Amino acid sequence: MQNTLQALMDQVRNAHATATPLRIRGGHSKCFWVAADAPQELDLRPYSGIVDYEPSELVITVRAGTPLSEVEALLRQQGQMLAFEPPHFGPTATLGGAMATGLSGPRRPHVGSARDFVLGVRMIDGLGRDLSFGGRVIKNVAGFDVSRLMVGALGSLGVITEVSLKVLPVPAFEITLEWQLQEAAALTRVNEWGSLPLPVSATSLQNGRLRARLSGAEVAVRAAMRQMGGEPVADGELWWQSLREQRAAFFETERPLWRLAVKSTAAPLGLSGALLTEWGGAQRWIASDHAPAQLHKAARDAGGHALLFRGGNPARPQLGALDPVLAQIHRRLKHAFDPKGILNPGLPGNF
Amino acid sequence: MSATPTQAEISAALSRWLAPGSILSQPEDVRPFETDGLSSYRQLPYVVVLPQNEAEVQAVLRYCHEASIPVVARGSGTGLSGGALPHAQGVLLSLSRFMRILDIDVLARTARVQPGVRNLAISEAAAPLGLYYAPDPSSQIACSIGGNVAENSGGVHCLKYGLTVHNLVKVRAVTMAGEIIELGCDALDSAGYDLMALITGSEGLLGVITEVTVKLLPKPQKAQAILAAFDDIEKAGQAVASIIAAGIIPAGLEMMDGPATRAAEAFVHANYPLEAEAVLICESDGTPEEVADEMARMQAILENSGAIETRFSQDEAQRLKFWAGRKAAFPAVGRLSPDYYCIDGTIPRRTLGAVLKRIYEMSHEFGLEVCNVFHAGDGNLHPLILFDAAKPGEFERTEAYAGKILELCVEVGGTITGEHGVGVEKINQMCIQFRPDELATFHAVKAAFDPEGLLNPGKAVPTLHRCAEMGRMHVHHNHTAHPDLPRF
Ligand SMILES: Cc1cc2nc3c(=O)[nH]c(=O)nc-3n(C[C@H](O)[C@H](O)[C@H](O)COP(=O)(O)OP(=O)(O)OC[C@H]3O[C@@H](n4cnc5c(N)ncnc54)[C@H](O)[C@@H]3O)c2cc1C
Repeated sequence: MQNTLQALMDQVRNAHATATPLRIRGGHSKCFWVAADAPQELDLRPYSGIVDYEPSELVITVRAGTPLSEVEALLRQQGQMLAFEPPHFGPTATLGGAMATGLSGPRRPHVGSARDFVLGVRMIDGLGRDLSFGGRVIKNVAGFDVSRLMVGALGSLGVITEVSLKVLPVPAFEITLEWQLQEAAALTRVNEWGSLPLPVSATSLQNGRLRARLSGAEVAVRAAMRQMGGEPVADGELWWQSLREQRAAFFETERPLWRLAVKSTAAPLGLSGALLTEWGGAQRWIASDHAPAQLHKAARDAGGHALLFRGGNPARPQLGALDPVLAQIHRRLKHAFDPKGILNPGLPGNF
Repeated sequence: MSATPTQAEISAALSRWLAPGSILSQPEDVRPFETDGLSSYRQLPYVVVLPQNEAEVQAVLRYCHEASIPVVARGSGTGLSGGALPHAQGVLLSLSRFMRILDIDVLARTARVQPGVRNLAISEAAAPLGLYYAPDPSSQIACSIGGNVAENSGGVHCLKYGLTVHNLVKVRAVTMAGEIIELGCDALDSAGYDLMALITGSEGLLGVITEVTVKLLPKPQKAQAILAAFDDIEKAGQAVASIIAAGIIPAGLEMMDGPATRAAEAFVHANYPLEAEAVLICESDGTPEEVADEMARMQAILENSGAIETRFSQDEAQRLKFWAGRKAAFPAVGRLSPDYYCIDGTIPRRTLGAVLKRIYEMSHEFGLEVCNVFHAGDGNLHPLILFDAAKPGEFERTEAYAGKILELCVEVGGTITGEHGVGVEKINQMCIQFRPDELATFHAVKAAFDPEGLLNPGKAVPTLHRCAEMGRMHVHHNHTAHPDLPRF
């Protein structure tokens, strides 16, 4: 594996020397969303395998090219999981890709996001240097938190080669409940649940149907069920899987799919188009032909931001504009990590 | 401006924006700011400013930026690594007047507060709503939320509820150039790079934090603790690993060794078992059903791991009593000796027994007593070395011992600081944990926010020059601690 890493470093060094843009790739499972604009590919798949896993430490260290499914299967055997439920979007997904995109699934508001579980990152910067930040322990404040900075940076600050993640035990018991409730009332309901000590671990809201997953010790889940009411759903776990992987019927749309990350308590946005709300109200998917500017504004007014996720006109930028002072900090960081701008040019994370 | 302005010049310039009582430069006025919680380092600040609002902070920073005057931000000054140690030619910017809780949004479960608000004050304000702010450093009655963000502080409940970084929604800060930045947003993520994570734990090097929005959690219905005594610290370490391996994430999982237990008992009379070589406090919280279930499972594991005694807290008063000794362990140990030095390394839990053993051996080698109280669930050690600063050479010996412990933490795969930060204290050990390219990256990150390097200079990240010097020194004396580690 040392040779594989060396080859990756050499390729980045050469690219740096010749100012050749690189397209970093893992399993290509998320390319519909993020595809860099560069002819030369840097393939992370050969750099794969588990570096270290000790269940009683709640920590796993994995090479970036390792298939996500392999990591999750290994954790399962020990009754553990990646609690942020990273979407795979296909069987080839790698752990590195999951980190670079920083996406999280239905459990996110209740346990934390991809970046919350990252303890350390090994990476190659735009100069081809092998760097390590953070570590394999749960608490670590030595140096700036570069590891978390890498999550969601879409490879624009460095090629992630290894990641150490905190893992959690799989809940002993889970159940899904359902209510018929219109949007405004349902948003209030899910936020009220948040203020109560209830073991809610996922919520979704679509077409007047509110669903919630409860997780924990069976006694605790059963006690919460009595308190919350609702009807048990037989195929609950399939539903959450279909949201996490965007295989639910909602996602089979011809229209552009936008992700609006907003304040959980934001009132219904009143936009036309199909709507699916997750994360206790904080993540709202809209399949709609609205003008991008309108969606960006709606998201901003609701305390967040909008992103074109699938379909539509791929013209950049997909992100709403950043404040100028922040934009300058972004550019300086990009320049510090990748002075020649060779890593994944053309992605929304590239400023 | 060329030469450093005099104190009078700085005071006069700043009085254009700040009220007269907000600028201090007389030795008797600035003396209270000469040190933080790491009192072995002292430096009188050149000038102290106590701005009242964000516009004043901006004015101070703009002026200092123009005049190239270093600025050190200070919250409550409880930091344990010298992060708020003043700069001899710099302005010390105290946030102590930023004391307001601006807004609590009950439905969204967030609190928007000024940076000088004390950690505990947030939970107190949220209590009537059934909510609280989870990270609870032992210093929570005094430390500020701005300081917590700057240090990414933890507490006894962070194994289950996360560190400061996991409990933030938004951070507002002023850059050294005097510009306002807002990091994070009301949604669960924000556009662009995760600068909120980056500023968390940045030890006042990237910006002056002027407002923090934190997440609030519903108060668990019930909390209960078990106190378990062991006649062997390795068995206690094994019990910690077994609890985690059984799929339990306790709300708290803390350990005290024999000497620390006896010191705590003498101080707070919590009725700790005095014959124990190690005491574990394991807490469970949640619904009454959940707690009962988890407590039973933990008790079985503790007994299987060889606990000589397990006690359940029978009511809230007893639970708090179990914790009283742990929370007061530092001052309790402080009564044993004129001075003590607190260390903050983190190690993989599986190395707990071996590392503690080595710490005790070194205690004999250095001729200094040591007590251990720590966040066992996180593997975050806090060895307390007892010493007497009045005895010549004893502080230097203590620092050398502390340095060895930190090197040991790195050697077993851990880190030199779990929650107290690097500050000035652990700056040399940074050269052991990081390679020159990594340190250079830290400097580049710093420069992205503060190109002139005026905000808290000399802290947290050593210069490459300093590390090179250190490296040479070690080789010269021919006792490089870890020849296997990459050097330069
Ligand atoms: C008895 C005792 C127990 C402790 N227990 C714990 C514990 O359990 N867990 C833990 O993590 N820590 C603990 N600490 C350490 C300390 O309390 C924390 O690091 C705390 O977060 C510091 O907060 P402060 O307001 O006192 O910050 P200060 O000491 O004033 O400053 C700390 C650092 O933050 C910077 N800073 C402060 N405010 C700002 C701001 N507004 N903007 C930018 N930078 C700022 C300073 O420049 C400095 O670098 C303990 C300390 C003591 C004395």
